[in-house]
Amino acid sequence: MDFLARIWRHEESRAVVIQILVILAVFGSFGWLISNLVTNFAALNKNFGFDFLSQPAGYDINQTLVEYTNRSSHLRAAFVGLLNTFLVAVFGIILATIMGVILGIIRLSNNWLARNVTYWYIEFTRNVPILLHILLWHGIIINTLPRPKNAYNFGDISFLTNRGFYVPEPIAETGIAAVYLAVVAAIVFAVFFKRHAKKLQAETGRQLPVFGVNLAVLIAVPALAFVVSGSPVSFEYPVLKGFNFKGGMHLLPEFVALTFALAIYTAAFIAENVRAGILAIHKGQREAAEALGLRPGRVMSLVILPQARRVIIPPLTSQYLNLTKNSSLAIAIGYMDLVATLGGITLNQTGREIETMLLVMGMYLIISLSISMAMNWYNSSVKLVDR
Amino acid sequence: MKKILIAMAGLAGVVAATSANAGTLEDVRDRGHLNCVVNTGLTGFASPDDAGNWTGFDVEFCRAVAAAVLGDASKVEFVTATGKTRFTKLAAGEGEILSRNTTWTFSRDVDLAQTFIGVNYYDGQAFMVPAALGVSSASELDGASVCIQTGTTTELNLAEYFSSNGMSYEPVPIETNAEARESYLAGRCDVYTTDGSGLAATRATFDAPDAHVILPEIVSKEPLGPVVREGDDNWADIVSWTLKAMMAGEELGITSANAAQLGAQVNDNPEINRLLGVDPLQGAEQAGLSSDWALNILSQVGNYAESFERNLTPLGLSRGMNALARDGGLHYIPPIK
Repeated sequence: MDFLARIWRHEESRAVVIQILVILAVFGSFGWLISNLVTNFAALNKNFGFDFLSQPAGYDINQTLVEYTNRSSHLRAAFVGLLNTFLVAVFGIILATIMGVILGIIRLSNNWLARNVTYWYIEFTRNVPILLHILLWHGIIINTLPRPKNAYNFGDISFLTNRGFYVPEPIAETGIAAVYLAVVAAIVFAVFFKRHAKKLQAETGRQLPVFGVNLAVLIAVPALAFVVSGSPVSFEYPVLKGFNFKGGMHLLPEFVALTFALAIYTAAFIAENVRAGILAIHKGQREAAEALGLRPGRVMSLVILPQARRVIIPPLTSQYLNLTKNSSLAIAIGYMDLVATLGGITLNQTGREIETMLLVMGMYLIISLSISMAMNWYNSSVKLVDR
Repeated sequence: MKKILIAMAGLAGVVAATSANAGTLEDVRDRGHLNCVVNTGLTGFASPDDAGNWTGFDVEFCRAVAAAVLGDASKVEFVTATGKTRFTKLAAGEGEILSRNTTWTFSRDVDLAQTFIGVNYYDGQAFMVPAALGVSSASELDGASVCIQTGTTTELNLAEYFSSNGMSYEPVPIETNAEARESYLAGRCDVYTTDGSGLAATRATFDAPDAHVILPEIVSKEPLGPVVREGDDNWADIVSWTLKAMMAGEELGITSANAAQLGAQVNDNPEINRLLGVDPLQGAEQAGLSSDWALNILSQVGNYAESFERNLTPLGLSRGMNALARDGGLHYIPPIK
């Protein structure tokens, strides 16, 4: 007893004791939860397992980036859903970043109107729940666009309806390899030319027209290869057959509404990050750049933004993660993402709520950690280097 | 995110349900009211009226069970569930009965560890289309966009029907009836599919119900019925015989209007006497039921026909398969002996 009291009075050993107790409590409660789960599964005659993943899913999915039929397995359905989540996340992030950066810059503009319009846009957008944005955009699309019979017709090859935007689908034929090769070659050339131009400018101060030359090469070389190899691409055009357009490619209104809603919502937050990043740069930097005779656009792109990136990127990562996780609201409008397939129909058909939810959570965790890792890597590549 | 929260709630509920397996009747009596899991809102089956009182065919069944075990049809609290959360909520002990137009299937009965206690409505999946489309048969739906309320047996029936008929379709699965209804009315889909009764209920809420037709094809068997958790046979018996008592009431001509009078006199028909507690019904006491259990059901809620006519007839649903066997339907009641 005396010994215990001595340990407790001693500050350092007391700290160790408290830490041990906390760890025991944490593990104890986890253990209790898990054993409870196991007991109750047994009491309910349910068994825990992932065998159901290999059984046929039995349902159809309206947007499949990989081969899928209703005879495919639940695992395959989950994969289709995962890819659909990815698709929304990638397009949403790209769109949100572009919009966010532009809005963030305009928000600091000297133009009173532009500044205030942006201000109100940001305040309105980020203070309305994301689910309402999604429902609003979906409602607008399906209620204002015409039905397939009265589709907006773009030269008989593309059609806009409330079932989606239909465009011709390019189909590769023999000889397409030459075009692919030309594209790769053009990209390689562009990268090297840009490096060469940078080096030349650093050494001699001479500037080459990098943008113009690269653009010309990127367009002309593949186009030339295309013509020389005898136009190895044919198109499948969408045609109205019965209820819907058949053939071609089409963008689902659910995909468009979801991506757009996520992008404009997240862009409002990103704009504020960008504004904070720009304001964090000492105004002497801008004045010095202007004193060198740089035009305002170049001041921003060459001096301010590269430095502001260090402030912008950490919170930007959070916004990317938010956007990805918010995409799980897709089911509200019927976009078949991971939550709608594995966490929705599969869950309901198999009744495995614990297993499917663990899988869904695991997959979101993997996506989020990947985004985090990529952004941390980018962050460390732009942070100040101590010399 | 919402789904994850629901799953967590389910997990927590499973934890809480440790001892709720046996003795359901005692739990309900101790608590003083019955908890009943119903639809979030389906006119005719379960929906709150203007005053906030729950009404509907499934709701009245819950009231009948409350009348049988508590003697008071009003002692029910309603817990709402979507198609997806209903089994989790039942398993988690949030209700003693799941009375939510739920289809009886093998895997739900066997794999999900719950007990279907009978069929209170024989239904089947059907298709609704705008009348202006000029479609008169489901076999003309090749290539159509189909709105589905997700979380049901509907997705599988749909896939099976279209592939077995060599037709293609675009599925548009939507979480709730309200959103699916919006998409259908906006023309995002050509077709709305769910159980025939659900279609009739949804159509009744449209501004112009006549502008939509329900196609004649019934593409699935959907025997709908109440569900209880597995493991308490006595409770399952009580719930099951509540349903049978309502049907027996119709068969024997006992209504909410004459039940009290018939229960206070000795009748010529011994089955009426046993059902209403005039003569003892062997086994009722062992099951924990009072002698007036069925009298309470029939006087406070009414018989099967009354409940049907109050809730489902206004939707345009006819008795059809849901008539008693003696009238050419499928409801056949074992003897009350």
